[in-house]
Amino acid sequence: VPTGKNEKSTRLSRRGLLRQAVATGTALGAFSSGMRAPFDFVQRAFAADPPPIGTWPDGASGSSVTVGIAVPRTGTYAESGEDELKGMQLAIEHINEGNELIKKISAKTKKGVLGKEVKYVVADSEAKPNTAVQEQSRFITENKVIVMIGSTSSAVAVAMNKLAEREKVIYLTGISGSNDTTGKDCVRYGFRQNFYGQTAAAAIGPVLVKNLGKNKKAAFMTPDYTYGHTVTKSVNDYLTANAGWTMVTNQVSPLSTSDFSQYLTNVANSGAEFLINVNWGRDAVLSTQQAHQFGLLPKMTLVIPYQIPFLAKEVGPEIMGGVFAATDFWWTLEDKYPLAKMFVEAFDKKYGYKPEWGAENAYMQLAIWARMVEEAGSFYPPDVIRTYEKGETFPSMVGDVRFRPEDHQLVRPVVIVRGKHPKDMKNKEDFWEVLEVVPGEGLMQKPDAFGCHLGDYT
Amino acid sequence: MITWPNFVSQLFNGLALGALLALISSGLTIIYGTLGVLNLAHGAMFMLGGYAGYMAYEATGSFIIAVIAGSLFLVLVGGIMERLIIRHFYDRPIEDQLLVTFGLSICFVEVVRFFFGSLSKTVPPPPIFAGITSLGFMFYPTYRLAVVGIVAVTLLVLYLVLYCTRLGLIVRAGIEDSTMVDSLGINVYRVFMIVFGIGAMAAGFAGIINAPVVSLSPDMGDAILVQTFVVVVIGGVGSFIGAIFGGIIAGEILSLTSMINPAYSGVMLFAAMTLVLVLRPQGLLGTRSRE
Repeated sequence: VPTGKNEKSTRLSRRGLLRQAVATGTALGAFSSGMRAPFDFVQRAFAADPPPIGTWPDGASGSSVTVGIAVPRTGTYAESGEDELKGMQLAIEHINEGNELIKKISAKTKKGVLGKEVKYVVADSEAKPNTAVQEQSRFITENKVIVMIGSTSSAVAVAMNKLAEREKVIYLTGISGSNDTTGKDCVRYGFRQNFYGQTAAAAIGPVLVKNLGKNKKAAFMTPDYTYGHTVTKSVNDYLTANAGWTMVTNQVSPLSTSDFSQYLTNVANSGAEFLINVNWGRDAVLSTQQAHQFGLLPKMTLVIPYQIPFLAKEVGPEIMGGVFAATDFWWTLEDKYPLAKMFVEAFDKKYGYKPEWGAENAYMQLAIWARMVEEAGSFYPPDVIRTYEKGETFPSMVGDVRFRPEDHQLVRPVVIVRGKHPKDMKNKEDFWEVLEVVPGEGLMQKPDAFGCHLGDYT
Repeated sequence: MITWPNFVSQLFNGLALGALLALISSGLTIIYGTLGVLNLAHGAMFMLGGYAGYMAYEATGSFIIAVIAGSLFLVLVGGIMERLIIRHFYDRPIEDQLLVTFGLSICFVEVVRFFFGSLSKTVPPPPIFAGITSLGFMFYPTYRLAVVGIVAVTLLVLYLVLYCTRLGLIVRAGIEDSTMVDSLGINVYRVFMIVFGIGAMAAGFAGIINAPVVSLSPDMGDAILVQTFVVVVIGGVGSFIGAIFGGIIAGEILSLTSMINPAYSGVMLFAAMTLVLVLRPQGLLGTRSRE
């Protein structure tokens, strides 16, 4: 049998010949790039170039660079994950064509980043930390991704922070609301654009007290992981300390719960006047719908301290009318900010609906990254990180913003919205009325208050 | 938060929750108890029933038609599955059965995701069961109350069919000794196909009945599959009555634990299952296996 096999393989066919030619070519290519490496090193040594780090310089040596994207495309956070992915794709398209909007955020951008075309690879993280880390590790090895993006769950963001720090590849969070992401789990290689528990609480707190009064009883519904616990704590701390509210019950439920009846039964018997729902994604949709089925809404007033993309669309304005929420972005801000208008129009034109804040966050993260690389004039990660850490202000869709060097958190406003009743909606996507855009500066904790210690550059 | 009114409410909620779990678990236990196949596609079939019902509801606006469509579609799916695939696995090792049904479940989920996307779909309850009913100690969604009744009737009918009819007798005899039943002139394999169809129908029926309580998504079966296994293990693997008790026990555990500490209600379910496995491996109402 082995002889037969050999005979077969030595028989020449056109296809076999072709295959052999390709193999030889690849081997030659590998050989020549192997030859180039020591030469590169010499060249770099002469130019006092730093030693390789993470995926640099390999990931930035060609005519293009690759972004590693891992978003939840299945499971509880899938809907938001898809919206975020669209924001990323639009940003990459804009960067490559040198779109006007990108140029407003990153003045030095012409086409691509430092003249290189931006490509991307996508994986489904299922909003699970281990899946996200596994997929992005694969992208680092196989695709030499120069930057990674995506989370939607803070559990993923925290795990990705650690991967970024270990592999020395810059990581941009997708949606992540936990205080820990730029708090106790902050890293030198991670950056967050969006608002989070602390700023959400500090922004929505005064609005709640002003509109709903002091000394009230609130029931919380909290998803059982870092995002849920930190947001609930921040909001409860604010309301307790500043307005004498009482948390009468805190219903902690696992991620991906579908039936909330036992939690809602506890809420029903708690004597609460307000239902503060911190659940997110489909969990938020289901818990809110079921709270309505149980007659808790509208008897109790619903509060959403950390707004959920598509919640109003799925639950309906009948339930969401009058509900207070804190968010990163709502599309009607286009009336106030020219960049928001450009973004909303471009997004709507491409995808046929108004972007939610997940898409805005995703777009901004990549746009800011493009800016920082252009400003640094290099993809060398420590240089890019130091450019972020200069803390220069730059334009965004909600006015001028800047990164805080101590914890890599963007100092940006929090938007307070209130759900519109069906009769007040001007079109089918007009779910929220923007009440206030609260400046970010005064909302944030001291940089070290949540235990942030950034790691090393190299 | 242990107060008397809350205790009564949770006791009741546990019953309602348990009834749903019992209904969902019944299909799993019918197929295992009679055919000996552990069907890992049960969760996905539950989901298929929900989506079939959803399509029928969207087309006709009638909840009754949705329920019939969800159930019948799964009879069809179950029948085809049994005829083409499962039949070849009765005599093969249990690992093969697990793998093939698990593979099927992935296919079902991805097909639904392909056509419907990952967004959740909702089916409203029928108008007569919409709204809230006061129970005196709490308000409860009317539809969930109705579900308790629907489940009770359904489980009774299933029980009668499987245990008090000639069909049930043949099925149980066929499991013991299919060659003997065959030689008595009875087409055992046709009966097996019918049983698999009934088990699948139970899953589909549960899927559409459950749809107004939660909502539909392609991966909704994953979590349910785990819970139904817990129910079946607690109640006794393969025991139909066991599934009903297991369901109610699971419902009560989820509800009553949440009263003490909501974060532990899911965990307690598994703790209870572990306890049952240690003390009574065959489950509360299970008998020791035939082998």
